[in-house]
Amino acid sequence: MSIATERYKTAAAADDFSIVKARHPGRWISAAVIVFIGLLLLRSVVSNPNFGWATVGMYIRDVSIVRGIAITLELTAICMVIGIVLGVVLAVMRISANPVVRTASFAYISFFRGTPVLVQLLFWYNLAALYPSITLGIPGVDLDANAIITPLTAAILGLGLNQAAYMSEIVRAGILSVEHGQSEAAGALGINRLQTMRRVILPQAMRVIIPPTGNETIGMLKTTALVSVISVPELLYSAQIIYARNFETIPLLMVASIWYIVVTSILGVGQFYLERHYAKGGQRSLPPTPWQQLKRFVRVHDPLSAKGAKK
Amino acid sequence: MSATIMEATTTAKALEPMIMANAIRKNYGRLEVLKGIDLQVGRGEVVCLIGPSGSGKSTLLRCINHLETIDGGRMWVDGSVMGYDLKGTKLHEQSHARICRSRVEIGMVFQHFNLFPHMNVLENLIEAPRLVLKEKRSTATARALQLLDSVGLADKAKSFPRQLSGGQQQRVAIARALCMRPKVMLFDEPTSALDPELVGEVLKVMKDLAATGMTMVVVTHEMNFARDVADRVVFMADGHVVEQGPAKEVIGNPQHERTRAFLASVR
Repeated sequence: MSIATERYKTAAAADDFSIVKARHPGRWISAAVIVFIGLLLLRSVVSNPNFGWATVGMYIRDVSIVRGIAITLELTAICMVIGIVLGVVLAVMRISANPVVRTASFAYISFFRGTPVLVQLLFWYNLAALYPSITLGIPGVDLDANAIITPLTAAILGLGLNQAAYMSEIVRAGILSVEHGQSEAAGALGINRLQTMRRVILPQAMRVIIPPTGNETIGMLKTTALVSVISVPELLYSAQIIYARNFETIPLLMVASIWYIVVTSILGVGQFYLERHYAKGGQRSLPPTPWQQLKRFVRVHDPLSAKGAKK
Repeated sequence: MSATIMEATTTAKALEPMIMANAIRKNYGRLEVLKGIDLQVGRGEVVCLIGPSGSGKSTLLRCINHLETIDGGRMWVDGSVMGYDLKGTKLHEQSHARICRSRVEIGMVFQHFNLFPHMNVLENLIEAPRLVLKEKRSTATARALQLLDSVGLADKAKSFPRQLSGGQQQRVAIARALCMRPKVMLFDEPTSALDPELVGEVLKVMKDLAATGMTMVVVTHEMNFARDVADRVVFMADGHVVEQGPAKEVIGNPQHERTRAFLASVR
């Protein structure tokens, strides 16, 4: 009898072998190193008086800080809406059959992606120096640029128009991800180009468009801090006003940072579920929610199965 | 001409062409795919295009409904030049919207079905009738359900394409094309992407459709289907029509060496 056959027999006879889990010493070492570094960091954060945690506690729910958060959120929402709407238009222009339309879209994207957004913000803020009155080329229209371009409108224009350039690339990638056969099938049915885009292509492109748009929204929330340079009283500028008065610079920057983390975390959760929603029909099984992951962890690591006992 | 006489003989059918291709040329860059194709398809006739891959069969089919623009010759469909308006001696290129309107008359079925994956079967069927023919939802739905029943999928109206087998998807695609009440149906290798055991159900639907008197042009590798259902078989190679004639003659007794070699290789 061969050795192999002998082994199969033994295995068949002893069906209730207990399983000894593989050991991973490397994992324990790396975990220990990381925990040690983490503790060092924590100690310095707690023990360093310059963090001024008492001051942080005092200002974390200050009226002007909360008002700043409201403006930050408002600015994020408005600029993202402008960015998405204009981005779709630019993306469709970019794949147009008309070379002039295509080039115009390309020029817009090159300009807004090629210049720093901070420069754009300063530019819009100082628009009155370039065009003191805005006539739009229409007789009878003569608007005072200084009155229209408030810090807030400059911020909305700067961030929104810049965002449109980035969104258009995301939307374009989404449109290109839809199989060519789809527009052919629609064309063969006599559905015109605009209807094909609206009813067939864009709904399918959403799966590709949504995840990076979530990232862009979170990015936008943080980018709004830039408009503090044109004195829009958003979260960072509100904090700056306070520390300009009381010189508690670090604690107020901590206040702002804590709020940025809180809001981006909430947006991150929203993004997870939005992505999960649009993954339907694209994947067989949806990615597990954190709650499902936790349940699975508990199930897999339950004490009985760890010892290899049978259930 | 009465319908009975029209369908009595193939010659009578040929007298009234539904599709007339005159000297069709098509290039992709420097590659000449169609080198002057002449082809007529009579009203109610079923024509199968066969030939080795790269012979230009699919390209010719796609020229019929102007999914491909042609570089030379004329494509007549139901008495008008496809993609152009004939005014005096000049051909005026049509707008995309006009081409879309002509395409309503021409149904097309693709190798990879190309159903809209984000819509269920019923929505797939009523989309074009509602958008293009401006049909009411109730009218379009009633007709769609009737057509689904005729392809044997009455119970799948609420399913999504991904939940169906390839054969079922292709039958939905045929029903979707029929929803537009086309005068001609084009089939671009409708069974090539299917598992062998699913080919039969699609061919049966096509056979039933042929029996209703629909004008059909079918690019296919299914020689049995061509022999049993087609009125005429057209063998193409290297952008030319090499041989054509009644199905049984071309497949049973090919005259040209190229045809013989091809038929021997697919058998």
